[in-house]
Amino acid sequence: MLKDDNRREMLEKVLKDHNYQKSALLEILHGAQEIYGFLDKELLTEISGLLNLPPSQVYGVATFYSFFNLRKPGEHIITACLGTACYVKGIEQIMTAIEEEFHLKRGGSTKDGKLSLFQTRCIGACAMAPNISIDDVIIGKATKEETIKHIKQILGEDKTETI
Amino acid sequence: MNTHPMKLKIDGVDVECSEGSTILTAAKTVGINIPTLCYLEGLTPYGGCRLCLVEVSGTNKLFPACATPVASGMEVTTQSPKLHEYRKMVLQTLLAERTHICSVCIANDHCELQTQTNQYGVDHVFYERNWSCNEIDSTHDFLVIDRNRCILCTRCVRACDEIEGVHTLDLKFHGKNTDVIMDQDELWSKACSCTSCRKCAKVCPVGAIYVEGENIEYTKDPQVIAFIVERRKCLK
Repeated sequence: MLKDDNRREMLEKVLKDHNYQKSALLEILHGAQEIYGFLDKELLTEISGLLNLPPSQVYGVATFYSFFNLRKPGEHIITACLGTACYVKGIEQIMTAIEEEFHLKRGGSTKDGKLSLFQTRCIGACAMAPNISIDDVIIGKATKEETIKHIKQILGEDKTETI
Repeated sequence: MNTHPMKLKIDGVDVECSEGSTILTAAKTVGINIPTLCYLEGLTPYGGCRLCLVEVSGTNKLFPACATPVASGMEVTTQSPKLHEYRKMVLQTLLAERTHICSVCIANDHCELQTQTNQYGVDHVFYERNWSCNEIDSTHDFLVIDRNRCILCTRCVRACDEIEGVHTLDLKFHGKNTDVIMDQDELWSKACSCTSCRKCAKVCPVGAIYVEGENIEYTKDPQVIAFIVERRKCLK
């Protein structure tokens, strides 16, 4: 993963911006995730080496916050809000429907790596519950049918592009 | 160093101690015993087990004695019916969180959690138990970790970091998924930073980390940390 592309330079720049300070670990992890899209063990080892921190501590911090992805996410990311309001309004059923329709599990991706399904805590749009975000576009008052239609549309667009 | 003596009252007894000491250490100087689990002399206080909660007059809040610095004029109560109930509750939640079955545990009779539980007369757990299924790692030559017995006191993590200085152990995730890990969640045999110093097994208050084939009586030696810290002071 850490090839000689400019991503490595970008990471170095993030570290330099924070003066290689151990206390800036969280900001650096944020920056690294922005550059690479996810944090795998190799990258975490690299960061722990550059910051002179124990690998276990860096791994502990990265796993503590659910915002960090430790596995490569799919091309399209669906994030379901598991806040109280969304939960009451039936986000669980929508998630189960997505899982069955696209054969994936929450927290994971489809086999072809096209789609990932994640869950998150309240996104602060409770008035529009249940909320589900598809590639950072939030769909409020979501229903099973509508959500699945949206996802199929996005996946379909890819196909037409490649043809 | 500023060594203004601090005067405070613990359970009605006048105590004089130096600035910067905690309620727990101050109580110890006059022989008042406050129950603890995650606290270990020589390690940084963690304040995680909440067993050492004490009442301080003038506020409704309870304070962890191990991590609260003393202040002049403080009036501390370490034993009261309210605290007794709280401590019983803490012990029950600890027991309910993972799978603690004394009769099949290697640390039976040498377990700090069991000792405290007996002392507070906790013979039932009034919470639904999690019966969580956590991983056991016995890949190391002689050290074994059974995470089902872990109470997440982080004594091992702190001893590994502060005393041995390798920080092989840490915690992953948060909430009910928290677990002790070696390096980046590797198997213990693959954790290259581990020096096999056994300190984690020595300080573990329960039977979560132990030495395979060794009598737990010989393994457990939490006082060794305070001893090492004391001796290292002479080096400076």
